[in-house]
This record gives sequence, structure tokens and C-alpha cells, in this order.
Amino acid sequence: MMEGSPGHTRLPDSQVREVLDKTYTSESRRILATLIRLLGDFDVAEDALHDAFASAAEQWPEEGIPANPRAWLVSTGRFKAIDGMRRHARFDASLDQVADQLEADTADPAVQIDRSIEDDELRLIFTCCHPALSQEARIALTLREVCGLTTEEIAHAFLTTPATLAQRIVRAKAKIRDARIPYQVPTQSELPDRLDAVLHVIYLVFNEGYSASSGQSLTRSDLSGEAIRLGRLVTELLPEPEVTGLLALMLLQESRRTARTSAAGDLILLEDQDRSLWNREHITEGIALVEQALSSRRFGPYTLQAAIAAVHSEAPTAGETDWAQIVGLYDILLRAEPSPVIELNRGVAVAMRDGPQAGLDLIDSIIARGDLADYHLAHSARAELCRRLGKTAEALSSYERALALTQQEPERRFLERRMKELS
Amino acid sequence: MKYICLGYLEEKVWEAMSENEQKRFIDECLTYDDELRKNGHMVGGEALQGARTATTVRYKSGRLSITDGPFAETKEQLGGIMTLEARDLNHAIHLMSGHPSTRKGGTWEIRPAADLTGLISESEKRRAIVGEKPL
Repeated sequence: MMEGSPGHTRLPDSQVREVLDKTYTSESRRILATLIRLLGDFDVAEDALHDAFASAAEQWPEEGIPANPRAWLVSTGRFKAIDGMRRHARFDASLDQVADQLEADTADPAVQIDRSIEDDELRLIFTCCHPALSQEARIALTLREVCGLTTEEIAHAFLTTPATLAQRIVRAKAKIRDARIPYQVPTQSELPDRLDAVLHVIYLVFNEGYSASSGQSLTRSDLSGEAIRLGRLVTELLPEPEVTGLLALMLLQESRRTARTSAAGDLILLEDQDRSLWNREHITEGIALVEQALSSRRFGPYTLQAAIAAVHSEAPTAGETDWAQIVGLYDILLRAEPSPVIELNRGVAVAMRDGPQAGLDLIDSIIARGDLADYHLAHSARAELCRRLGKTAEALSSYERALALTQQEPERRFLERRMKELS
Repeated sequence: MKYICLGYLEEKVWEAMSENEQKRFIDECLTYDDELRKNGHMVGGEALQGARTATTVRYKSGRLSITDGPFAETKEQLGGIMTLEARDLNHAIHLMSGHPSTRKGGTWEIRPAADLTGLISESEKRRAIVGEKPL
């Protein structure tokens, strides 16, 4: 079913170009995901994807735009790849066998394209986030294959060279091929652990964009946007409560982006932020998602963190925050996921509920245990509480310790400013 | 008495060899293997793919931990080897994570075997030519 059947006048190139661009933006990752399944190899599938779009640019002006462009592109890409193997088989006979097998595997791939396309996207996501790949490789591969970012874009976002990043991706693909990491959605029994790994990758990407671990600029919003897009995609494909919870958490944190830095690029603490700058759309969506995840009664740490962020979002001023509820949520979170960083955050919430001394006692006991002795936020939180208690000398020495432990420029400027105010 | 012998080689040493040196090295190794086999000494064995293809499976605080890369601790000692037949890496991880030793802190490094069929037949051809016309 072609819109312009043969005999009709040739479609203008600009019109075809526009459709192709749109199709590329909305469908290329899904088409790639299906081609990887059909062809069994990332690199072969990527070449096939490009060949398919090149063929479309040649054929669609003459033949019209197919009724189902995605199916057309998958079939064409697959055909081109098998055809390419046949041509190379003159030099390497084993390729002929591979081509035979690929052709026999799926006599008519177009039939199953629409049915299994969602599974293909999940297959791609789970493969890119496979725990047998290094953390760095998972992030790079996910951004490259699932999000379609270029190697240069990813390298720039992670402050590394394109060559280093390209090598990371090549090695990850080699491991997938050589160790035979299967292209599949995990079984029900493996799903919780494997989904954790996927959510972890998404949240790392978000955090890298939200509070870059080093460098001049505090945020790299493109990465956060990419992480939110990924979160939406996984929510659509696999509506598990924790996926919803993570999406909510990212939206609620993202809602404060413009409020958390000054025009000069300096860090502004939650309590000092101009709350009229918070993005209401993100907050409304985030809160609705938190409620949805909580009502499932199968939620976990991401949902609980999102619930805490939601309580902050609902408070018109820092003073009117429901600190009792926040402490209660931290209690549940600590039971679900014991961690000194969560304990620290709970300590800060206790300080807001019961006064700075109560919080200081908690934080001192965490630092005394040695768990967060080298964590700059533990020392800056301690400094802040000492400052409120009028313990100037103690506050100064804790700010100094925090300053020595952070590489991030805006954080450093913030700490230096605080120290200047005190001395 | 049966002995299990584990072959270690710095991968850099292999990578630093020229193609001809690699070929000569393969031929020498395979010739020696043939000799061991002929005398009934080499009972079996398997070549491994590079360390980059390794995956390590263990339990950490009650949860299955799967990590990229070879086993790199020094406290634990090698307790045995196993040749495993599995569909793919997920299947191999599933099978080995069920091994009782993992419950005692044991760790398995899972490494795909290398298919040396092509390499062996090429080496055989090279060695046959050398055998026909001794230099």
C-alpha cells in the first residue's frame, strides 16, 4: 500500500526528507532494536539501519511513502544485511552459512515486527545494561544504542575523549558477542535484580547531568533530559512501581533545576531557593507518579526518595515543610536500603524537626563510625548545623574539611562563601 | 595421579608479538600438545578467550553479584575447574550462581572457551609443509 502508486508523479524530495527525518527521530532506535534481534549483531544491525534509510531516500520519492514505514525499513535493512553477507561470502564462505541461517530464522519478519517491537526495545535496554558489562560500558552503550546519542556527544558529557569512549563501546560489543550475552528480556525470577541494574544506569545518567561530578558547570541538562526520556520509555514498556518511582524522582529533582543555581552559577540550598522558579508541570506529574507507585504497595527505594522529594515540593516555604513526614519516610527508606548517606539525610531532617543539636548528634555518630569520614556533604552538613548552634570554630573546621574533599567548582565557591561569612 | 594445570600468560606479551611470531608460537605449543597427547599425558583441555570476556559471579551480603572482568582477589585460592555447557552467558550465570560453593563465599569466573578449530587446521597445514621440506 503506497500513497503514491507507480505512474503518479514523483514526490518532492523535501516532503520525503521531512517524513524520513521524523521517522528517524521517532523510530530509528526501535528499528535498530528489532534489527539486532533479526541479525544477531550490533554492528551489522547499525549498518543495516543506515542502509535502510539510504534506500528509503532513494525509493520513496519514486514509489511513494509506504503505509508502515517502520516495517518497510526493518525488512529493507534485514534484506540489505543478508545481501551484503552473500556478497562478502565470496571471500569468506562461513558468511554464506550465516546468511542462510538468518534467512531461514524468520521467513517473514514483517509479520512479527509490530507484535514484538516493544520486547525488542526492552531486549536492547536489558542487554546494554547487562551486569556482565562494566558500569561505564553500560552507560556508554545505553546512551549510544538506546538514546541514539553520538560518541562525541557522550564523550563531551562525560568529559572524556571520543576515542576513549568509542573504544569502551567497541569492547562492550565485543564482550556481548564473544561471551554470548543473550539478546533477551530476563526471566521473571531474574527481573527484579536486572531491572535494578537498568534503573541504576538511568539514575547515574540523570545525576551526571544534574550534579556533574567535577568541572565548571553544575549541571549538564541534556543528560538529565535524556535520563528522563529513558525513564518514560521504560515506564511505558515495563510499568513496574519502581520504574514509576524513579521517573517521579527525576522529574521532582529536575523541577528545581533553575532554582538551585544563581545567575553566577552558584549553588543555592533547597531552603534558600526561590520556589516560584520550580517547574510546576514537573511537580504535578512527579507527585501523581509517586502516588501511583506508592499505591502499588510494591515500591522500593526510588519511590521512597521520590516521596520525600514530593513532600518538599508541596511546601510553600522551607519552614512550612512537613519534616515529621520526611523523617518518617527516611525511616522506611533506611529499612529498605540501609546506607550511611541516607542516614545522613535523615539526620538533617531530624535537625529540622527537633532542632540542630539533635541532628548534629546523629551526624557526629555517623562520622565517628568512619562511614562518611571522606564524604564532603557529611562535613558541610555538620558545618551548617554547628553554624546554626553558634559553634563558629567547629563550623569553620568542618567547612574546611568539606572544601578539601570536593572537586566541584560551584560547591567549592559555596563553601568558601560560607566560610567568609563566618570569619 | 591426575593433575590440573592452569596456563597463565600476560596478554600484553601475546599482543606485542608480530603475526609471524604468533604463528610460530602457536605451532610450537600445538606440537608440544600433540606430543603430550601421543604419550597419553594430555587428557583434555580448553583454550580460553581473552580476560576481557570474563564475568565473575559471587554472593555479596546475600545478593547475587555479577561483575565484568576476571576474578582478581588474592585471598581466595583456586579450588577447581569445570567445563560447563550452557546456551549463553545468562544460562551459565544461572547455573553457576546455584553452585553450593557460592553460598560459602566461593566465586566463579566464567570465561567462554575459544574455538581453535581454524587456528589448529592452519597450523597443521604450516607444519605439514615444514615436515615435507625440511629447511
